[in-house]
Amino acid sequence: MSSLVTDTRVVFSRELRPVLRSPFSIVFSMVQPLFFLALFAPLLPDGTSLQWFVPGIIVMSCLFGTSMTGSNLLYEIQTGSHERMLVTPLRRPALLIGRALKEIVPMLAQAVLIVLVCVPFGFRLHPLGAVFGLLILAGFCVGLGALSYTLALASKNQEWLFWTVQQTLLFPLLLLAGVLLPIEDGPAWLRFLSKINPMTYVVNAERGLFDGDVWSRASGYGLIAAAAVALVGLMIGVRAMQRSD
Amino acid sequence: MMIATRELTKRFKSVTAVDGITLDVAEGELVALLGPNGAGKSTTLRMLTTLIPPTAGSAEVAGLDVVTRQREVRRRIGYIGQGNGAGHSQRGRDELISQGRAYGLPVRQARARATELIDSLGLGEVADRAVSTLSGGQRRRLDIAMGLFHAPELLFLDEPSTGLDPQNRANLQEHIVRLRREHGTTIVLTTHYLEEADSLAERVIVIDHGRIIADDSPERLKAKHVGDRIVLTFHSEEDAGRAAHLLQAARKDDQVTADNGPAQVPEILEELRTAGLTPAAVETRRPTLDDVFLTLTGRSLRDETPEA
Ligand SMILES: Nc1ncnc2c1ncn2[C@@H]1O[C@H](COP(=O)(O)OP(=O)(O)O)[C@@H](O)[C@H]1O
Ligand SMILES: [Mg+2]
Repeated sequence: MSSLVTDTRVVFSRELRPVLRSPFSIVFSMVQPLFFLALFAPLLPDGTSLQWFVPGIIVMSCLFGTSMTGSNLLYEIQTGSHERMLVTPLRRPALLIGRALKEIVPMLAQAVLIVLVCVPFGFRLHPLGAVFGLLILAGFCVGLGALSYTLALASKNQEWLFWTVQQTLLFPLLLLAGVLLPIEDGPAWLRFLSKINPMTYVVNAERGLFDGDVWSRASGYGLIAAAAVALVGLMIGVRAMQRSD
Repeated sequence: MMIATRELTKRFKSVTAVDGITLDVAEGELVALLGPNGAGKSTTLRMLTTLIPPTAGSAEVAGLDVVTRQREVRRRIGYIGQGNGAGHSQRGRDELISQGRAYGLPVRQARARATELIDSLGLGEVADRAVSTLSGGQRRRLDIAMGLFHAPELLFLDEPSTGLDPQNRANLQEHIVRLRREHGTTIVLTTHYLEEADSLAERVIVIDHGRIIADDSPERLKAKHVGDRIVLTFHSEEDAGRAAHLLQAARKDDQVTADNGPAQVPEILEELRTAGLTPAAVETRRPTLDDVFLTLTGRSLRDETPEA
């Protein structure tokens, strides 16, 4: 008999299949972060190095990819394949959790690619820290993916709504996390907004971790922030999926 | 009973989409829900397939309440919705296998069943291509393969032939008939194509404004609500007038409405001959379901433009 776990696995592998069938789609989705890397890195002020910049770009590419992932569901809602899945005995929570978990796979591929591209330019990788960093990132991606799917479920037939909300949130989240420019010297209100952005803690944690500073306070905060995003995202997402028709 | 609804009702804010439908469908029946766009056909199906809960009333499918025993209902039924069931970025075969896995089939069995259905629906050439590259007819066949995957005892189809060319439509109808013959599947489909309801279903339920306004076999619906028409053409206006007077027909283009028209023609001709009248031409017209709908509602179904 099926359980939530086997149902989730069915959904997960269904979602993953198109990615595996055309792995180059991941490479194409990398073009944007690589542009940021190539065009921003030379502008970095003195004292900020690749070591500071690259982890942020990895989180950014994770944000870009997973925040858009709801559009796949949106499309399936419009064409009717979501409805078809809703009539199967698959448990509703599995329909969301399986999709959200799949986000980990392209995220891992992207992170590895970015690191590989940057290592020749002097980016140093600390294996233990990197593994821990990717774990935090995985949690963050699952949560973001779940939220993106929630947005898709809420938008239903209004595609514009999905894209408006996604685009509106994307850049504030990115900039307030101090990915492209440091926040520390900004005005108080900006620092405050940055403090309440969970992505800030994820980015800070990644910077420390990729630099080999594993057992730090920043890593702890990053872990908590990612776990919180994952938990909240999945809870909201599962509720939305249970109400989906 | 395969389906039993009691005063099934669905309201969306201000719209009452389904307005107290009470309906029994026995095992093995092939039923068409016929009605114009917006009549409430899809909403009825969506309640019966557990997609949306009723606002009022109740429905049992395969003896199971559609609200309290959703997962068991889902296990028993197949549903082919108005849209396309296969994800566009997927391959047909992959989607079929996922479908089997969704019903708890082991991978190996799901794979074998997928191959079987691909063959029987003639999808061999396209099953390993991205769904987005398939034609409308191919996608519809893939939908059917997915709906049939777990060999459900009860199959719902929502506007199965919308968007298909006549050739594909005929193919589809053939599949439906065969499914019924070979597996005894109970089938409920919705349509706004009159010919489809007429040629396919043994029982047609006419729905308008969320209510059942007629429920019978196509033949009996026609006989009961319209009757046959006998059209007599005369050489002169005057003859036509006399004939009409003689037959006391409900006059409209010199048509006579009658039960079992063809059998009455000899009698009518005899009557006319006695009065010295000879028609130039005689034609009997059997009514269509559209005539039934027209009689019942004062509107024609044909004015409807199909909509996805
Ligand atoms: N989700 C919904 N929200 C609001 N109104 C709806 C919804 N679904 C259907 N309706 C309305 O209910 C009525 C019946 O629709 P539907 O069942 O789709 O008709 P049919 O399938 O016979 O064309 C229509 O007036 C339609 O606009
Ligand atoms: Mg409909």
